[in-house]
Amino acid sequence: MTIEEIRQRLKNKTVGIAGCGGLGSNCAIALARTGIGRLVLADYDKVKPSNLNRQYFFRDQLGMFKANALRDNIREIDDSVSVETHVISLDPSTILELFADCDVIVEAFDIDTAKQMIIETVLADMPEKYIISGQGLAGYGNNEGITTKRLEKLFIVGDGETEVSDSEPPLGPRVAVVANMQANLVLEILLNDD
Amino acid sequence: MEILLNNRKESIDKDEISLAELIQIKNFTFKLLVTKINGALVRKDERAEAPVRDGDEVNILHMISGG
Repeated sequence: MTIEEIRQRLKNKTVGIAGCGGLGSNCAIALARTGIGRLVLADYDKVKPSNLNRQYFFRDQLGMFKANALRDNIREIDDSVSVETHVISLDPSTILELFADCDVIVEAFDIDTAKQMIIETVLADMPEKYIISGQGLAGYGNNEGITTKRLEKLFIVGDGETEVSDSEPPLGPRVAVVANMQANLVLEILLNDD
Repeated sequence: MEILLNNRKESIDKDEISLAELIQIKNFTFKLLVTKINGALVRKDERAEAPVRDGDEVNILHMISGG
């Protein structure tokens, strides 16, 4: 497929990004650069100094809501991408509502309980939806440990084991690898769709 | 009985066990899991009552903080 054909196909597609931190911000930027038509961004949090080691924000955005800061950064890259932002702590009912018309949902939360909540919600109540989850991205190295596993319409990207902690912090390279693998998988799903 | 656990064949020395027992036997240590039996979601509070039988396909996924 040529780049024109790819952009033509992606123009009418919508991707939901649940969480705009390390995974969500990097994934959304990669999709915007590729020509995705529309992004639905959801995050309740604000940009903090400790985020800048891995999240796609800048110093002058400290204190902004992440969803809004990410929308601004996407516009700087390509203002033809339609971006809908929600400053919200997602729960099962708002997931159903906000992501109803998304072709694919990217699970990009930080906390394990939130990851479980969105995966269970999508599997139980939106079984027709693709969801791509990031699981295991702490520390550095071990490129070969990062994989994609598929379970029907649920995809799990990551090393499947490293949990973020003081001794194994989330760092720019590995977080962005997983985020970009999520974006790459979104493209595979959408471009092979029709 | 024989089951398929996370796409791997496993032999279990019983005819039927609950999903909660299976999680214990197989020593899944992460505290948060998403579980499915034959493609159907089984939530945490249903696992003690959910039977796993010969030929079943079980998926147990870890939830891992970080993002």
